[in-house]
This record gives sequence, C-alpha cells and structure tokens, in this order.
Amino acid sequence: MGKLIRISGPVVEAEDMAGAAMYEVVKVGKEGLMGEIIKIVEDRAIIQVYEDTSGIKPGEPVEGTGLPLSVELGPGLLTSIYDGIQRPLEAIAKETDSLFLPRGVRVAPLDHKKKWEFKAVKKSGEKVRRGDVLGTVQETDLILHKVLAPRDGTLKSISSGKFTIEDAVAVIEEDGKRHDVTMLVRQPVRRARECAEKLDPTLPLVTGQRVVDMFFPIAKGGTCAIPGPFGSGKTVTQHQFAKWSDTQLVVYIGCGERGNEMTEVLTEFPHLVDPKSGKPLMQRTILIANTSNMPVAAREASIYTGITIAEYYRDMGYDVALMADSTSRWAEAMREIGGRLEEMPGEEGYPAYLARRLAEFYERAGRVRTLGSDERYGSITIIGAVSPPGGDINEPVSQNTLRVTKVYLALEAALAQRRHFPAFNWLRSYSLYTELLDTWFTQSVSADWPKLRAEAMALLQKESELQEIVQLVGPDALPEKEQLVLATTRSLREDFLQQSAFHDIDTYSSMRKQYLMLRNILATHARAEAALDIGVQLKRVLAMPIRENLGRMKEVPESRLSQLEGMQGEIDKAFDELGRK
Amino acid sequence: MKEYKTITQIAGPLVFVSEVSDVGYNEIVEVLLPTGEKRMGQVLEAAKGTAVVQIFGPTAGINTTGTRVRFLGETMHLGVSPDMLGRSFDGLGRPRDGKPPVTAEKRLDVNGSALNPFMRDTPSDFIQTGISTIDGLNTLVRGQKLPIFTASGLPHSQLAVQIARQAKTVSKQKEPFAVVFAAVGITHEESSFFMREFQRSGALERAVLFLNLADDPSVERIITPRLALTTAEYLAYEKDMHVLVIITDMTNYCEALREIAAAREEVPGRRGYPGYMYTDLSSIYERAGRVKGKKGTVTQLGILSMPGDDITHPIPDLTGYITEGQIVLGRDLHRKNLYPPVDVLPCLSRLMNLGIGKERTREDHRGVADQLYAGYATGRDLRSLAAVVGQEALSETDRQYLAFADRFEQRFIKQGASEDRSIEQTLDLGWELLAGLPESELKRVKKEHIEKYGRKFRKDEKKAEKKEESSEKKEEKK
Repeated sequence: MGKLIRISGPVVEAEDMAGAAMYEVVKVGKEGLMGEIIKIVEDRAIIQVYEDTSGIKPGEPVEGTGLPLSVELGPGLLTSIYDGIQRPLEAIAKETDSLFLPRGVRVAPLDHKKKWEFKAVKKSGEKVRRGDVLGTVQETDLILHKVLAPRDGTLKSISSGKFTIEDAVAVIEEDGKRHDVTMLVRQPVRRARECAEKLDPTLPLVTGQRVVDMFFPIAKGGTCAIPGPFGSGKTVTQHQFAKWSDTQLVVYIGCGERGNEMTEVLTEFPHLVDPKSGKPLMQRTILIANTSNMPVAAREASIYTGITIAEYYRDMGYDVALMADSTSRWAEAMREIGGRLEEMPGEEGYPAYLARRLAEFYERAGRVRTLGSDERYGSITIIGAVSPPGGDINEPVSQNTLRVTKVYLALEAALAQRRHFPAFNWLRSYSLYTELLDTWFTQSVSADWPKLRAEAMALLQKESELQEIVQLVGPDALPEKEQLVLATTRSLREDFLQQSAFHDIDTYSSMRKQYLMLRNILATHARAEAALDIGVQLKRVLAMPIRENLGRMKEVPESRLSQLEGMQGEIDKAFDELGRK
Repeated sequence: MKEYKTITQIAGPLVFVSEVSDVGYNEIVEVLLPTGEKRMGQVLEAAKGTAVVQIFGPTAGINTTGTRVRFLGETMHLGVSPDMLGRSFDGLGRPRDGKPPVTAEKRLDVNGSALNPFMRDTPSDFIQTGISTIDGLNTLVRGQKLPIFTASGLPHSQLAVQIARQAKTVSKQKEPFAVVFAAVGITHEESSFFMREFQRSGALERAVLFLNLADDPSVERIITPRLALTTAEYLAYEKDMHVLVIITDMTNYCEALREIAAAREEVPGRRGYPGYMYTDLSSIYERAGRVKGKKGTVTQLGILSMPGDDITHPIPDLTGYITEGQIVLGRDLHRKNLYPPVDVLPCLSRLMNLGIGKERTREDHRGVADQLYAGYATGRDLRSLAAVVGQEALSETDRQYLAFADRFEQRFIKQGASEDRSIEQTLDLGWELLAGLPESELKRVKKEHIEKYGRKFRKDEKKAEKKEESSEKKEEKK
C-alpha cells in the first residue's frame, strides 16, 4: 500500500509502491477511486485516475489490486449502457438516485443476482477443447449467448437450469485438477482475445447506404475510417450503420462525444425494429458512453472496453460491428495523459506511441475462425470516426488511421453545406475491398454490378473534369454529349448518392433497390446518348418526364421494387417514341 | 482552517506555497495581502509539502513575506437561491448591484458533475425564436447547446438579445423561464447594451447576471461561466424552470485558459492553447440538456468570436465538435446590410430533427429546409460562374437559381431586429420563394407537400402547365 504525493488533474503520483506492476489497477485515496498505473519510477508509481480527483490530498492511501484493467463478460451485456471502464450507467442512476455521476460509486457491470436459463449442450464425461460451446443462454430475443469452455479437459459435470453468472454451471478436469466454470468471465482489456486463425474478409457489411454499398463497400471483418470536420455527418453515418447494417451485434462507443447523442441512441434504438427479425434493435446493441465531460482517463479506456466486449461475442461466432465515435477524442485523451506525464511529445503533441496504439486497435478487427473444435466463424468490423482539427486530414490521427484502415469515407464540409448527405466525396473516398467482394456482389445481386459501378464512377470522374471547363466557359459551350454527361451525373448525385437518413423509406436501400436505381439511371444515359447520335436535340431529351421519375425512385418502398424493375421498359418506350417523333 | 505564510514563488497568476500539508486538489484558497486585501484562488497542483495556487485576480501586491494563504478545505461552491433572479453578480459571484448577498438555499460545487448519460432525456421541444434562418433552417430545441460563431464588428449581441426576447415554445401552457447571462471579458459598452435591452423587454427580473468585464481579472473568467451554469442547473433541475444561458464571449474564456497554461509552462497544443482545451470546454458546454423526471431544461447559447473570421481556428473548431450545431454570422452578408447576417450554409442544428415535423412544427419542415438549402447553395455557386461567363451563358434554370439566391437573402435571411415571425410564416415564406424554381427541381420536398403547402404559391405555373398539356393533347389528336 502506498501514499499519494502529488495530485494534478487526472494524473497522480504515489510513493511506497514497490511491487506494483505496470497497468495494474489501483484504488486511489480514501474514496477508493479507480486508477491504473501507467509509469513506474523506482518505488513511485504514476497513476491515471478514472474519476475526478478534486479534493484528494497528498498522504491519502493508494492500494494495489494485483489485477490489470478488466471487464466482466457474461449474459446481461446486451442492451446495457456503460461508461469507459464498464460501470453500468443505468444501475448507477438507480443506485445513487442522482442525475449526475458521483464519484467512488461501485456497481458491478453485470447483474450478479439475476438468474439465467442455462441449457447445456455438452454432456458430462465429454472431452472439451478451449472455446467449445458448453451451453447456451437466451440473452435477448435476438442473441443466443454461448458459454464457452475456458480450458481444455474433461467435462466432469454440467447441468441445465437457472443460474446466476457466479454459479458454477460445469466442472472441467484438466491434469487432475477440477475447475469450476461460471458464466462470468473476467477479461483484461488491453490484450486481444485469442482466436484460432485470422481469415480474409469475403462478405460485405450491407449498410443500406447506397454510396457505401455500391461504391465503397465495407467487408465484414474489415476496417473503415470516417474522417470529417464537425457538422459533416460523422455521427449520423455511424448511427445509420448501427441501425441498418446486417451485422448481428453492434457495440457503439461514444468516446468523448456529446451526451445528447448517446441519449438519442438510447431512446431511438428500442423503438427501431430489426428488419429481419422484427425485434427492437436495442436487443443487439451495447453502448459505451464516455461523453466529453466525463473523466479523460476513462475515455482512453473506453475503446479497449468496447473492443474486448466485441471480441467476446465474436468468439461465440457472431458478426459484430464496432462503431467508435470518435477515435480523435481517444487520441486526445492519450495526448492529455502523455502531456501530464511530461513525456517527450511526437507530432502535434501526440505521444510517440499514437501510431502503434491506433494500429493495435484496428488490428483487433477481422474475420476469424474461433477457438474450439467446431468450425465457428465470427467477425469484428471496426468503423472509426475521426475528427481532424479544421477538417484537414493532414494531421497525425487521420494519417495514422488511414495507414491501417482499408475503407476511407471522406466526409466533406462543402457537400454537407449544400445538404448533400451522406457528404462523402465520391472521388476521394476509397475501398480496398471492392475486388474481394465483387464475387459476392456478382453472385448475390447481379452479374453486371462491377460494370455498373465502374461506369458510374467513370461518369463522375468525367464530370469533375468537365466542371473545370464549365467554370471557364459556361455549360452552353460544351458539346451536347458532354452536357448530357453533366445532366446524368447530376442525376447520379441527387437521385442516387444523396440519401436522407431522416426519410422513412430512403433511410435504407436494399442491395436490389440500389442496383435497380443505378441501372435505371445508367440505362437512361445510354439511351439518351443513342438519341443524340441520331440527331435528337438535347433539350428534348432533358425535358422527358421519365427523368423526373428517376428522382422519385428513392421513395419507392422495398415492397414495391417491381416498379423499379419495370422502369427499364418505360425508359425504352419513352426513348423509342422520342426517336419516332 | 490552515493558514500559511510560506509563499516561495509568484509567476503570472500562479503562487507556489511550500511546507503545506493536507491540501486537496482544486481546493479554494483565500490570499490575505499585507494591506488587508483578500483575493481568491484555487489549488492547481497538490503535492507533498507544496501547493500551486492559481489566483483569481491580479497577483500585484502579493509578496513572499507578509502574505498569508488560507486553504478553505473545499472546492469552489456557489450559494444559490431563487432570489438570485433579477440580481447581478461579478465574475466570482459577489453582488455587483450594491444589494446585500443572497441568502443561499443551497451551496453547490461550481464545477458540477457530469450528467449520467442514462439520465438525459432527448430534447424535443421546439423553441420559436421568430428568426427565419434559425427556426426554419437550424431549429433550436430546449436543452440544446447552440453557439453563435461570430467575428468582431458583427451584430451578434443584437441577435442574442432578439433571441432571448422572442424565444418561446409553441405550447399554450405558461411555463416558468429564466435567463442566465454570463459576460466573460466583454466591454462595459457591450454589457450595458445587454442590461438595457433586458430592462426594456422586461426580462431583467427573470434574469441572473454574472459580469466579468474586460478590465476585471482575466483568471476569474475560468469561473464565471461555471457560476452561470451552476445557477442554471439549480433553477432548471430544482426549480422547474426553462433556463436560457447566454455566455459571451467564449473566446475570452479560452484566452484565459491559455494564459494559465502558459504560466504553468505546460506543453502547448495548437496555437498555444492547452491540449486539454477540448475536455475543458466540454465541461462547460455539456452542462445543457433535458433530464429524466425534471420539468426544467438548460439551453445554452454561447457567443464566440472567430479570431480572424477563421472557423478552423482551434476555438471555434473545438467548440463545433462539442456543441450541437452552430449559427454562423457572415461578414459578406453584413456588408450587404442584411440583418441578421446569418450565413446559413455553414450553420447547423444537430437536434433539429427532434424538434420539427408533424405536431411539433409542420410536416413539410424538413423538406422545405433541405430544399431551401440546396437551392441557395446552387445559387451561390452559380454567382461565381455568372461572374466569369455572364448571366446570358447560363441556362434558364440556372438564372432562376440566381434570382432565387438573391430573393432568399433579401426576404428569408433579412428581417427586422424586432420582427417576430411565426414558424408558419417562415415555412410559407420558404414555399413562396421556392415557387420561383421549376417544380422538377424540387426533389427534396415530398410531392404531397408541394400540393398541400406549395401549390398556392405556384398558381400561374399550374395553369401554364395545363395549357401545355392540353395543347399537346390537341397535337396528338391531330
């Protein structure tokens, strides 16, 4: 047990700490505030404290726990809202009966008293490998929680029935020693959970957002960075992904962001219904909320807490999407703590280990074959928002993130200002998964998917070249064919790329709908080009009422996609008539 | 109470006291000068044997021999009571109006605690400010923090006063409201403008004022906004009031923060501002909201001057990342003599969707706002093109967009300093302006809304269309 000798903000120093280990969790002061050792000098330890340190005095005690920073894993995680060090915010609110977060409150992350219906899958006497499913618990209507064997050995006993997470549900014998198995698992957060093998991602994460799915697809098990200035729509995009992506589980980390945004998720998700199962989306969601005004050290930890929980469900064989909003705030927390340690800073005051930490975090994404003898596959997709100062991505956090992520969705203030949402710049964004996923797209949606994408992209590229000319000489000076390109790309931008998150139908587009929409726009373009070739005036082409129908395609509900199927015929008919006149 | 005469070092606003014991971090300190004068301070660093104290006020006159330092054993607290309404205080919460101090009903820590995110409730009550660019395009809701990004020489104070005067909810019930005003480093002139306006509109008796003026000690500015927010939280969550907090000017707050960081010889971040400025600012801005089980709300309207009109400067930049949108004033519009010079394109209200729509404002609100935005953005782009190639080289539609942008500025943005437009007026005005664009361009509004709300402004066009249709039919028959 040591004694505090210096307190200055979230970083404190204690002496007489010989024997304490790096990253050990300690209790600081009379109130026993939670902290973690981040530097050791002889018998002095530098500790980052996860709670406000006002009023703490030199001389107060510091007590080691001998444990690294860990989370509690087990049934009951889903639908919860935690702070950065996995304190349950709902339970704290009930316990303290306060609007605010008082410090020094200790509430277990999981309900240790609640009884869960455990169904044994293995039988007593069976040999089990680490990672095998011993039994299951229906955690929510959407998610079947799998209790995994923590070690190799022989199952000595196992029983179905109602248990708390602390009760032994099975006994495994390994090398003559018997070990109780409980549903509760304590997992250190700063180290990745083990898996058997990492695999290449081959399936897309279908987000229902046209610009993403069609042009910059994200793979299940992939990584995606969304840098953007404030107000460009990072959070709305993250919410849209959390709502509509076809993942089985969502871990949403509000890292140093606004309190009201977390409230929005909390109030909205229970009312949103999963399109496949008809159950509330909240049942597949876990929230980590360490808002900007909550202690900065806990913000640093929140990313690790979130990813560890995600890994736990991945190991059950689920596809998990993890949204981190925003990784810049996480990096800033590192910078703040680093600054108080008086470390030699790297670029822009960020610690020299920023790049390593970012890479380590994104590396915890991926599609894996899990431990265990049955073939189980799970994945974690990380979608990280980045908030570069002034929106300029030439800064350490954005640059180091882009080095390790495979999808870059470039949000742009200029697009957001003209209310082009989602405000992704289609020329600057990229996805390195397109080729990997094309097999899936051609098989599951349509064989000409890659062709359509390339065609549309080429037109948009052409548009930006033409725009430069237009800026000099005006649009009328262009040949009619090029004016037609501008008309088509305008339709691509307004009728396809733009998608309203707040429109009840437009908010989500299935792959089929996306495909049909793009096909119709490009088919119109092809027929219009042909019409110009036979001498029809551009003015007449542009005045065709069919063009307005393209603009209303968004509003066609998923149940009436046949309307969009039929449009091809209408387009042909309209152009045939135009040719005849 | 412990008293020491062991000051060893004085640097800028900081005083180092040695041989102390039992001093807590953030504890409040009284410094007694040899002249008998008393100053306040706060412990920035508590170490074994020494304490670093930040003095609120000048350090002039403090010496190492005769000055006594008294540690009060608690963090900064403010005595609050409903009697504070109608009173004005200085930057540290002492009466400034010559009246006796208020009898505190409760003493609260001015640093507050973070609201438990679980206890927050979604803000959803539309506040009608009577200003079209705000109500129509960047709607304010109760519990929101929406700063005004401005620059020197722009009429932000008039706008803030107009909002404070006109702000109301659409609900018929009379709900208790209050204004908490924090002046942070503004001039006497500006401050008396606010006082006069509050008095004129009768808001003064429902207001609590905390004034730290330009010639008051700059370090006090760290405390002033926190006093205002502590009072606001008390009035909202314990006295069921809807509180509008106006803080002007947050840039002065950030300057004070930088001053202290520099005096402590901390590693500076961008442009010399401390690396923790984001966290520090959030501990102010996040103290807004609506909470479960309480009637009152805290809405924040901060005013912030962008140094050099630069929105990417660290102060507006970090603020924009914390607040729920921003209202940006533009110099170009001001030069055109448009009031209020709200440059709508970079403006944003993140909570707008929660406060608008059917039963709140009107069902067509979202669509109209998006359409006006898109139209104005297009028109603005075309202006630069027209400047190069001339209007004649533009298409008919493009010329309509140009005209639209002009009318939008003259009619929608521009309004009188006491003109109070209802939300219906604002939306109808929007439709009226949109009638100047061809119907095929209106892709952001629902078709049925065009019929329901927009048609009456586009009468002529409909007739023309019908004529065309009928003539086409005739042709077909032929």
